[in-house]
Amino acid sequence: MSQTFTLDGDSIPFADGQTILQAATAAGAFIPHLCYHPEFKPHGSCKLCTVKVNGRQTASCTMRATSGMTVESNTEEINAGRRSLVQMLFVEGNHFCPACEQSGNCQLQATAYYLGMMSPHFDHFFPSRALDASHPEVLLDFNRCILCSLCVRASRDVDGKNVFALSGRGIRTRLIVNAASGRLADTDFSPTDKAAEVCPVGVFLKKRRGFAVPIGERRYDKTPISGVPEEA
Amino acid sequence: MSYQLETAPNPEKLRRIAIDPVSRVEGHGKVTLLLDEQNKVHQVRLHIVEFRGFEKFIQGRPYWEVPVLVQRLCGICPVSHHLAASKALDAIVGVSKLTPAAEKLRRLMHYGQMLQSHALHFFHLSSPDLLFGFDSDVTRRNIVGVAQAHPEIAKHGVLLRKFGQEVIRVTAGKRVHGTGSVPGGVNKALTIAERDELLKDIYHIVQWSREAVHLIQKVHTQDPGLYNSFGIFRSNFMSLVGHDGDLDFYHGTLRARDDNGNILFDHVDYQNYQSHIEEEVRPWSYMKFPYFRAIGKENGWYKVGPLARVQNCDQISTPFAEQERREFVDYAGGSPLHAPLAYHWTRMIEMLHAAEVIKDLLHDDDILSGDLMAHGERAFEGVGVIEAPRGTLFHHYRVDENDLITMANLIVSTTNNNQAMNEAVRHVARRYLHGREITEGLLNHIEVAIRAFDPCLSCATHALGQMALEVELRDPEGALVHSLRRA
Repeated sequence: MSQTFTLDGDSIPFADGQTILQAATAAGAFIPHLCYHPEFKPHGSCKLCTVKVNGRQTASCTMRATSGMTVESNTEEINAGRRSLVQMLFVEGNHFCPACEQSGNCQLQATAYYLGMMSPHFDHFFPSRALDASHPEVLLDFNRCILCSLCVRASRDVDGKNVFALSGRGIRTRLIVNAASGRLADTDFSPTDKAAEVCPVGVFLKKRRGFAVPIGERRYDKTPISGVPEEA
Repeated sequence: MSYQLETAPNPEKLRRIAIDPVSRVEGHGKVTLLLDEQNKVHQVRLHIVEFRGFEKFIQGRPYWEVPVLVQRLCGICPVSHHLAASKALDAIVGVSKLTPAAEKLRRLMHYGQMLQSHALHFFHLSSPDLLFGFDSDVTRRNIVGVAQAHPEIAKHGVLLRKFGQEVIRVTAGKRVHGTGSVPGGVNKALTIAERDELLKDIYHIVQWSREAVHLIQKVHTQDPGLYNSFGIFRSNFMSLVGHDGDLDFYHGTLRARDDNGNILFDHVDYQNYQSHIEEEVRPWSYMKFPYFRAIGKENGWYKVGPLARVQNCDQISTPFAEQERREFVDYAGGSPLHAPLAYHWTRMIEMLHAAEVIKDLLHDDDILSGDLMAHGERAFEGVGVIEAPRGTLFHHYRVDENDLITMANLIVSTTNNNQAMNEAVRHVARRYLHGREITEGLLNHIEVAIRAFDPCLSCATHALGQMALEVELRDPEGALVHSLRRA
């Protein structure tokens, strides 16, 4: 691995075929992201991992690293854009951190803290989204879905079940359950599926667990997201 | 027991004065007065102007979320809602008895809250009236004025509250809006380091609490003409009482007495509260008016909170507080004291009791235990009741087979005191305002009566000292006659 590129002035080694985000993560450098997961093919949809390569913006989760490229990530300009993206995600859904059991374990919340988001800034949409509590072990709270499609990819590519899909277009895009009734209980979903554990926010909730983990012991309580190792 | 002055027969002929908002209380409320041309009072109402909607919007949410969600009702005593909801959900997860560690940790959290809330109310909100006088210089009548004139008293107030907040932090995870209590138990025990940190200060806290009782006792007994009659009305009263009739803020059965102290009902399992209590809606307030079913709307209303609790229990389990309770009962002379200003005295007795209980719990190794959760057979309905700083608090939930809330009913402490506060305000209006020119000092008398109950007008504002008070006196045509403004 003798090839390198620079990320905010630091030299980052990479292997052939690695993306900028993969190489940066392997080298211990943090680039904010939500729809990327190391076990899945990059999706490039959330745009939070946007960096500037040789002065042009691109998604670092899909852009292959090449030798000698100059990458800017942790700059005020790029972080301001990321902050706006996160603010838009907050207002498009119903993200009420004070009463959310994923608070402290939520990648969206931790990213907002990392980016210094102090308010939603935009008007809330307050969409009306019903819960799916039909399954005996797992509850789906669609209020928090950010359409990262990780559950869709996990169910299709790892579990081999195709339980989830994104439906609709544009602002009407939504996560749906692949059953005639639209209910999770009427699918072959299992709580041990990969799809149940990849959600970066709080859509997939193991029932009756709630606030079992005390404040202080949650994933992002002690270390900001930039210092927490990527979950494999 | 009547509703005199609640509704004037010919309001269109009268002038309206509004105290909006009422200051140095938690939340937002206003008082309206209707007066005729001779400034005679014809109508007085305490209005609660907020509409919260918690009972509605938690419908459809998973039950385990509720103790953390509903505590957002309040920023002063969220622990009360956190624990009352947890107790209701204990019933739903089939737990009738918590592990010893969980029961003691919840109790520690709650008594920490009683300490901080009572300290906040007495020192920060009420002591300016009590130490300087109700119509003293308005620029000094605040906690900063107390700190200048009585620095030791103000310092104790601040440190007592801080200690209570620390007790909450180590049990709930945060000083305000933690997550410590969960259906069936708690999610954390204390570490030895956390316990030892609290033990360093607890003996000061007990001593300062004793001094606070003696301070208010002195203030009260030095001016019995004022303190035993200001805003007075007679009423029934109710609270939880613990084993053997002990004062107990966390758990027990319901007991109610009439205005002479005779028992109306006792040993009532609060799961059956609806057999004894009903709520009336009146068109002019967002706050309901509860009453005892057996007596009816007209005479069945009651008061709750420190004055009710200290006179409703048979004894207090901790020695210093029990000694102070006996002094209070002796002073009352064998029958219940109904004077609203006696709330302050009993509130400080309760603060002392909370400090003593915290001291005992800190010496109990169960609070360091890892055995935190109990389990049972799932049910679909549960009621949780707790004695919050301001009085008896009811949480009642139903849950469907998919674990979602289908019904919620909350009767908060201040709601229980709704009619009582209105009566106190009317008494003060009749006694002090009737036929006089209205001044800021006279209007503060009305606020003093409300403050005695320590009402939490649905949520904390964290705007202490910033609330503006504006009073306008208009003639029947609506023209401004006289106005007063307090920044």
